[in-house]
Amino acid sequence: MSRRYFLAATIAMSALLAVPAYAQSGEPIKIGISGPFTGGSSSMGVSMRDGVKLAITEINKAGGVLGRPLLGVERDDEARNELGVQIAQELINKERVVATVGFINTGVALASQRFYQEAEIPVFNNVATGTVVTQQFAPPKEKNNYVFRNAANDIIQSSMIVEEAVVRRGFKKPAIMADSTNYGQLGREDLVRALAAKGVKPVAEEKFNIKDTDMTAQLLRAKEAGADVILTYGIGPELAQIANGQAKLGWKVPLIGSWTLSMSSFIDTAGPNGDGAMMPQTFVQLPNTPKRKSFIDAYQATYKTERIPSPVSAAQGYDSIYLLAAAIKQANGTDGKKIREALESLSTKVEGVITVYDRPFSATDHEAISNNIPVFGVVRNGRVVPAHEDDVTGDKAIRTKPRS
Amino acid sequence: MQILTQLIVSGIAVGMIYGVIAFGYQLTFATSKTLNFGQGEALMLGALVGLTVQSYIGYWAMLPVALAFGLLQGAVVERLGVQQAIKIGSESGWIMSTIALGIIFSNLAENIWGRDDLKFPSPLSETSIDVGGVRVLPMELVIVVGAIALMLAVELFNRRSIFGKAVVATANDRGAAGLMGINTATVITFSYALSSMTAAFAGVLVAPVTLTGATMGAVLGLKAFAVAIIGGLNSGFGVVVGGLILGITETLTGFYISTGYKDVPGLVLLLLVLSFKPSGLFGKLTIKKV
Repeated sequence: MSRRYFLAATIAMSALLAVPAYAQSGEPIKIGISGPFTGGSSSMGVSMRDGVKLAITEINKAGGVLGRPLLGVERDDEARNELGVQIAQELINKERVVATVGFINTGVALASQRFYQEAEIPVFNNVATGTVVTQQFAPPKEKNNYVFRNAANDIIQSSMIVEEAVVRRGFKKPAIMADSTNYGQLGREDLVRALAAKGVKPVAEEKFNIKDTDMTAQLLRAKEAGADVILTYGIGPELAQIANGQAKLGWKVPLIGSWTLSMSSFIDTAGPNGDGAMMPQTFVQLPNTPKRKSFIDAYQATYKTERIPSPVSAAQGYDSIYLLAAAIKQANGTDGKKIREALESLSTKVEGVITVYDRPFSATDHEAISNNIPVFGVVRNGRVVPAHEDDVTGDKAIRTKPRS
Repeated sequence: MQILTQLIVSGIAVGMIYGVIAFGYQLTFATSKTLNFGQGEALMLGALVGLTVQSYIGYWAMLPVALAFGLLQGAVVERLGVQQAIKIGSESGWIMSTIALGIIFSNLAENIWGRDDLKFPSPLSETSIDVGGVRVLPMELVIVVGAIALMLAVELFNRRSIFGKAVVATANDRGAAGLMGINTATVITFSYALSSMTAAFAGVLVAPVTLTGATMGAVLGLKAFAVAIIGGLNSGFGVVVGGLILGITETLTGFYISTGYKDVPGLVLLLLVLSFKPSGLFGKLTIKKV
């Protein structure tokens, strides 16, 4: 290398180093990311993490927050409650995070978030749907609640499922199939309540275990009871066995259920048998707004994949970081109390992938997703697409939470 | 009536799987009075290796490869985990070591194939056949026929071939067989190999109708253990019948009582057998002379 080139290279290098240093002086702002990156719910965990990292990279490119870069500290909780607890303690006491985002599994969220509550550090649930998640420390139990969420909770989902099945499509004899976990059984109770509100009683309520492979008994019971639709609350692999069992028995009634029917393990394992399954989605991989298009393009380019494994998780993960960044900016610091106050009174509109967040939270309401935001997705040829075209076109493309 | 037949048919398909795994328990118990508690993991490894291999050479050509892999895997388990325990006469060392090897195998599988359940492409049509209103998947027929064929082949081998006779001799009296010049250590290794081979075979049979993944073997291995107790650990015929009993009771209870209690009658049966006929429904009573 000649001397002149060396000089030019040195100047160029120092210029490259100098620019970000100028824009982002100061310590990075650490944000914890807790989710299952291995195991049965890893497609959701990994998509969430990748959405979060995408948002962090974008924000850092634009100069960070308060002139400081964001730094994601990711930990694999393997969907295990006790591991989630360990991670929470590590993130709070050792890594000294400013806030944590994540949690796919309601159980992990409930076990872990008390540590954030005690440490007065905001914790942002971006996937877990259990209704109790944001209620665990809601006033009057505690003076201030540090738990926030931007995912559609189970009450929203179950009432949407019932609305779709009973009102929109006119089914009168639903059968409920739910797995024996907390997720399935709490969801089943929500479904029964939502059905009762419409004056409908399920003709069958069947249970199955994780790893069950034969659904003949459950399906035959529902069939004999005269069910005209199956409502589900379970996770991908067993849901696929229901769809496959239906095909085997030659009993074709529609499958409508919680958002887990969009899991890739359901879609891939059920194959053609899963076609037509419907589920509430806060986001489907459809570039119908400029923001959504740029998000999908960036995700595909960064992670070299055409199909986002769990688009809902990726979009919610991405949005959670932008909401948090806006709050840190408004709080003008990284004090947990101030960030919580800022989240509860966000003065700037945050344009996310799912919606435009306009004052999404208040002191008493920590749910950013209201029941008008999710739309119905349907499985078609191995992809989730919007079930009703008019749900996602025109002024309905962006659905915002009504201001209270 | 149609429903009852449908339930029984589905129960037979499930029960046959339990039976063939339990048959593997019976093989090692006969020769060495030890069991491979990693039988479910042997099934899982067979299925996952089968999944990878069949993507290159197709399902039917993969079968011998999966069987060979099973043989090898079983021999490894015996050499690493059981042989030492038998040599020093430990009554329980093999329990922990086979469980530990099972855990190691499932962690290994998680690292190689990931922890998500994978789809195993079915070699046959996935449309069910309708026989007088009772519907059955072609693959379920293959499971039943394949399981019976494998067990017959193993039984035939044990009764007719000279090596098989060594296995039977070791099963009858290990000490005497040793004195007759039979290398009983090799026979025991071989019985473990055979046992894992049946498990691997069961794995590639069930994989197309269930899911394939690192955790697929846990529940199946446990249920097959119950089957082996019900049928009798020293009766090859017994474990097959035990498997059918458990499979059919499960589907019948699920339908006629409640799907929430599907697994209960099988366990009740297990308790009843243990209290009234501890050697199993078809087992011969063995008297241990001290």
